[in-house]
Amino acid sequence: MYIQRILRRILTLLAVIWAAATLNFFLPQLAPKNPITEKLTQLAETSGISGNQIAVLTEAFNERFGLDQPLWKRYFDYLHDIATFDFGYSISSYPTRVGDLIGGALPWTLGLMITTTLVSFAIGTLVGAYAAWRRDSLLMQAVSSVLMVFSAIPFYLIGLVLIYFLAAKGGWFPISGGYSLFSIPGWNWSFALEVLHHSLLPALSIAIASIGIWAIGMRGMMVTVQGEDYMVFAKAKGLKPRRVFLRYGVRNAVLPQVTTLALFFGQVVTGAVLVEIVFGYPGMGNLLLESITLFDYPTIYGIVFILIVTIALSMLLVDLIYPLIDPRVRA
Amino acid sequence: MTTSPTVQTRVETIAEEAEAGSLRGVILGVGRYLRRNPQLIVGLILLLGLVAFTTIGRLFVDIAGAHPLAGPASQPPSAEFPLGTDPQGRDVLAVMVVGAWLTIRTGVIAGFIGILAGSAVGFVAGYYGGWADRIITWIVDVLLTVPAILFLVIISAMLQNGLTSFGMALIIALLAWRRPARQVRSQILVMREAGYVEMAKLSGSSGFSIIFKEIAPNLMPYLISSFIVAVAAAILASVGLEAMGLGPQNEPTLGMTVYWIMQFSAFLLGLWWWILPPVLILIVLFVGLYLLNAGLDELANPRLRKRT
Repeated sequence: MYIQRILRRILTLLAVIWAAATLNFFLPQLAPKNPITEKLTQLAETSGISGNQIAVLTEAFNERFGLDQPLWKRYFDYLHDIATFDFGYSISSYPTRVGDLIGGALPWTLGLMITTTLVSFAIGTLVGAYAAWRRDSLLMQAVSSVLMVFSAIPFYLIGLVLIYFLAAKGGWFPISGGYSLFSIPGWNWSFALEVLHHSLLPALSIAIASIGIWAIGMRGMMVTVQGEDYMVFAKAKGLKPRRVFLRYGVRNAVLPQVTTLALFFGQVVTGAVLVEIVFGYPGMGNLLLESITLFDYPTIYGIVFILIVTIALSMLLVDLIYPLIDPRVRA
Repeated sequence: MTTSPTVQTRVETIAEEAEAGSLRGVILGVGRYLRRNPQLIVGLILLLGLVAFTTIGRLFVDIAGAHPLAGPASQPPSAEFPLGTDPQGRDVLAVMVVGAWLTIRTGVIAGFIGILAGSAVGFVAGYYGGWADRIITWIVDVLLTVPAILFLVIISAMLQNGLTSFGMALIIALLAWRRPARQVRSQILVMREAGYVEMAKLSGSSGFSIIFKEIAPNLMPYLISSFIVAVAAAILASVGLEAMGLGPQNEPTLGMTVYWIMQFSAFLLGLWWWILPPVLILIVLFVGLYLLNAGLDELANPRLRKRT
């Protein structure tokens, strides 16, 4: 029964990935611009190639990248490539491979988002649970209201405010970048500290809003759970409030939060796009923006495919983990 | 009468003080609702304040100042330019008055189309069920998995030359129907089995009359609530795309202002009068919409209603 359910979920997952990848292939084809011409025109501005030469070069590059093939053939090549995780060469920064570009950007984004998400999930969930537990306390009501307001503000707007007050005016943090222009990336302490220093503000701007999101969700669930009979029973048994709060309240109320967490992880990269742009942070967001403005299709495909797989996988993961956390679903 | 149960119970509580359905009763009802929902009041004040700023502002501020070269470049606030000017010589106050209007309009248009299309699709799926339902649900599920921002980025990059803020609204509407469709579908599924619909069927009402007399009035609170959510989501998407430089190049929307702020490194130049106004207006807009929706939540979910 359980295995059958998993198999069905995996089949759906593959269908979703295929459909999304297909849409993702055909949509950019509608764009009236040729990526090669786009890149060459950009080069021509600096090096003085004539219009005639651009036409010849475009021809040659189209052949090199297979863009002169009929659409259906490119579609099947594309499906074959992504199935083997081969995204080919980037057009705008040839001869770098798309995989290498993504490999360079992904750790920055994942590092920033996973750390920030986990920390704000833990803080937000506990604060939200406590706010529901002490619903009559004026302090907790004030905290809830403030968190609620923050949860409504997009990450990057908070980021702009933080840059203005803490970086530009206060001067305590760098205004942009993932590390200083003058230092060489490497595995040493001074570089690690520098990266940490640069990522604190982006992390903070994401955390401020998402702590609110988690707290509001948890508070709502906790209020519902508190009305349950087992809570009354636990209190009537004379259990310590701490135990009732953590083992009976939080443990039951946290379930829907876990579902949301997986969806949130799925959107890790998309959610970071604007924050990364605002902070000039060298992650997937900036890479995506760059490749879109240069119509670098292979890189766009690669990034989007990684995104789709991440989201679909995290949904599957929740489906698999959920029965372990919530025994009621197992039946 | 075709009032929804939500309205009816509320009228009953007011009945002690006023005739049901009378103007006084309605005013009392709204007044009570507002008093119980401070969020709603704050949200309304923020949003009405913004609307007043952009409509009344037009009477006092010369809109022509919202275009480049309308004044000297990078001037700090002065008597002539209360919020100063940006490096391209726009009057920042005029940009804010025009931009707030454009941004709100984009959100309302996209949200409205999204709700309209979404509830039509969701209704078909939920009410008729079967294959139509399966196909629609599958398409919505797949589209919800694919990051919307990427689709929108590609579409607006394609159309970037000559894109207007109205065109922007239409682009965003392309994806704004997904969530309303799913919500309306699940709501219809519940309502289809509800006692009052069964009752109407048994008493021989036509399908048409059931849809408009039984289901539609009960769906209204959900539609209002999802409309606000859709507007907020549309504004979020439009400002996000604009901040990436993918918005209308010739219109001073709030998102484009954010884009120019980053392009001109306003932080390094210390142009605080240019940076803070659009960011604060956007924050007020998002918080206002959020509070409005939270305040109306009770309307959509009567179970949440507080005891008074």
